[in-house]
Amino acid sequence: MIGKILKKFDDKFLTPEPRSDKTFAVSALFDTPDQIIHAAEGVSGAGYKKFDVLTPYAVHGLDGAMKMRETKIGWVGLFAGMSGTSLAFLMMWWMVGVNYKNVFGGKPFFNIPPSIPIAFELTVLIASLTLVGALIAIFNKLPANANPLMDTEFMKHVTSDKFGVYIEASDPKYKYEEVRALFTSLGASNISDINYVQFDEGKTKNPLTDMRFMGTVAGIGVMTIIASYFVLNVLLFLPPFSWMHHQPKVLPQSTSEFFKDGRSMRNPVEGTVARGFMPYEFKGMPDSLITSAPNPLPVTKETLELGKRKFDTYCSPCHGYFGKGDSRLRGQFPPGLTLHSEKVRNWKDGNIYHVITNGQNSMPSYERQVSRDERWAIIHYIRVLQRSQNAPDSDVEGK
Amino acid sequence: MSLDATFTREIPLVEAKSSFKEIDEVIAKPTEQKPTIKWYLAIGASSSLLLTGAVCLGLTFWFGIGLWGNNQPVGWAFDIINFVFWIGIGHAGTLISAILFLFRQKWRTGIARFAEAMTIFAVMTAGLFPAIHTGRPWLDGYLFPYPNQHHLWINFTSPLVWDVFAVSTYFTVSFVFWYIGLIPDFATLRDRTTSGIKKAIYTVLSLGWRGSNRHWQHYERVYLILAGLSTPLVLSVHTIVSFDFAVSVIPGWHTTIFPPYFVAGAIFSGFGMVSTVLIIVRKVFDMEHIITVNTMERMNKILLATGTMVGYAYAMEFFIAWYSGNPIEQFTFINRAFGPYAWAYWIMISCNVLFPQLFWFKKIRRNIAITFVIVILVNVGMWFERFVIIVTSLHRDYLPSSWAMYYPTMYDIGILAGSFGLFFTLILLFAKTLPVVSMAEVKAVTEGAQPRHNHNHTEEKDKQPEFQTVVVKTKH
Repeated sequence: MIGKILKKFDDKFLTPEPRSDKTFAVSALFDTPDQIIHAAEGVSGAGYKKFDVLTPYAVHGLDGAMKMRETKIGWVGLFAGMSGTSLAFLMMWWMVGVNYKNVFGGKPFFNIPPSIPIAFELTVLIASLTLVGALIAIFNKLPANANPLMDTEFMKHVTSDKFGVYIEASDPKYKYEEVRALFTSLGASNISDINYVQFDEGKTKNPLTDMRFMGTVAGIGVMTIIASYFVLNVLLFLPPFSWMHHQPKVLPQSTSEFFKDGRSMRNPVEGTVARGFMPYEFKGMPDSLITSAPNPLPVTKETLELGKRKFDTYCSPCHGYFGKGDSRLRGQFPPGLTLHSEKVRNWKDGNIYHVITNGQNSMPSYERQVSRDERWAIIHYIRVLQRSQNAPDSDVEGK
Repeated sequence: MSLDATFTREIPLVEAKSSFKEIDEVIAKPTEQKPTIKWYLAIGASSSLLLTGAVCLGLTFWFGIGLWGNNQPVGWAFDIINFVFWIGIGHAGTLISAILFLFRQKWRTGIARFAEAMTIFAVMTAGLFPAIHTGRPWLDGYLFPYPNQHHLWINFTSPLVWDVFAVSTYFTVSFVFWYIGLIPDFATLRDRTTSGIKKAIYTVLSLGWRGSNRHWQHYERVYLILAGLSTPLVLSVHTIVSFDFAVSVIPGWHTTIFPPYFVAGAIFSGFGMVSTVLIIVRKVFDMEHIITVNTMERMNKILLATGTMVGYAYAMEFFIAWYSGNPIEQFTFINRAFGPYAWAYWIMISCNVLFPQLFWFKKIRRNIAITFVIVILVNVGMWFERFVIIVTSLHRDYLPSSWAMYYPTMYDIGILAGSFGLFFTLILLFAKTLPVVSMAEVKAVTEGAQPRHNHNHTEEKDKQPEFQTVVVKTKH
């Protein structure tokens, strides 16, 4: 199979194409660089214009011998490089200075110094690619595999070990005998005619309209569409390209894959109590069974302010801002009792703490809403309210 | 009495005056013959390494970069070390092909093609690392400014973005430069080959080059300009790589000496790698008369010069740490030399500064075996230089509670091995399929390849000046 394909390539590319009778050029080979300089001077001196010198490497001094003008390709590089610099600055200025302004490190949106590296790189990139493109396609008019010189003995020598010169038949001064005589007089080691390649008439129609060519193009197009669809809509959503949709973290209402029991939070070790979460020892007991402790917090401005803030948040909806039992809930929940009753005023601080922690009648426990210290601070504030609402005459200044 | 005084005695570039045909034959031989058993063994070893790296890389793609050893505070480790190491290796190729070309150092012709190929393969290998370092390399297109749904552009003030532009430009320009140099050789191979499929491939690649002097004229000018463009480019690339570190505020990174220090180190490591590979290649492919001992000696001189520059930079870093009076900077450098990673630091110092000093002796410079050992040590030392810069600067964070040691995992080491596998596999494929020495350039510098001056009455203002033997005859 592979042998067959290789054979096909050998047949197509190694067998010399038939040549027509029409001469493209007369060529001559020379052995040394000195001879080829001499020959180039001779040919250009005789007034020929459509001739060329082929060498395996760049031979110095040939440009002058062939009366060639200096190359202008350097200007292409200069122009492309300057365009690259301007385009780079323009691009960066428009992107970050005009189109989408974004603050990076408190610097101006667009500023010159940090733009220099990219501007430099794009200058080199655009200059190099333009130069090479211009060299190949415009200045040297390559690729040129259909040149009649290809696959001749002459060509095999000038890309390896000899120096060649040829004069085209289309030169106005071209006369077959004169050209050959000139080459002989210049000391050529080998003179040969190069004829045009004989094209098969049947194959000279436009290859673009060939069914096989159009079929290949259509096939490539369809394959590209299918492949793009597959890559963009299927492949990019398979693992590992999951766009970080899958993350081994625990979301609400989901189970943990990390722990065997599926819970994300761990239970404390048996018999231990977390700091600040000492269980309330009179939980669920009636008021009469508790032993009251004194309020551990000192009466300071900060404590009272904390107590007021927490009272206003958690207690005042039912008990009222002044503890008078004037609920703001408009009957949606049973109104709280007044805190100025004889009973509450005579209660020890511990009894109030017990009610806040444990709840009483229709009042639920506020254990989870207010911390221990906050409860004691609320109690201080309730005492303030009680005294302010039931102030004896002795509290009034001046009495 | 007449006295013949030779002022600039040029050592012959190609030994034992070869004919053009012989040059073609020697250089094209590896591409025309069946590979030797040595070549099969070599590519077997290198592709095994490549496969190891590919497996580690595949696992990294699947499970993520958590498989690697880097973690706080050492957030950059093997990924960036290998990137800087390989990109540095690439620099020697451009230096040889472009800078030595501008300086008319004709001895470069024997090694230029190979060095350029090394540049391309090293930059390809290097480019892999920042790509996989991003974690989701299939989204690396985000690194380029393109109109997108988010209406966001990249941050042009970030050195990491400069890096993207520098490395991609460097690769493109190096590749184009290399290909341009190959075109005349493709034409030679096209006209030599006896295989149909090779002829088809060479015909396409040679673009129908026929060695016309009307083409050579533009070609030589473009080659000169490309060399001129590549020279600042190669300096800019490692400068920008050093900005990745120098623009940050990490003690040990935040220094202005970094750009020249990195460029010198890059050239040093690159020449080390070029020598390593060339010593093997000239042996394996019998090219000792084209890649001569004289060439190797010149390479060793450059190694000596750049190695000393790198040593100066190491000393200067310590001086600045002391002279700045910054205690954190001083701590970083004392920790480098005497801390937990002191072993890495002293490997770096001995391999990069001490051993290359042996090249002061001409006997050692011209001894291929000793040279081979020293250049291997240079490769090791330069890898450790990047390890020292990156890991020792990071493992002591600002907060002592964050201090930690860095240990690579087997995936890190596997990917490092794979990068060597990739590089050497590409080198071996290149050596087998393409001319490893530029035929056209070597022919142009053989004796008698250029016309004698007395014969040449024409001006050659747009040609390279000749630096041939100048013999001055004085009559008394």
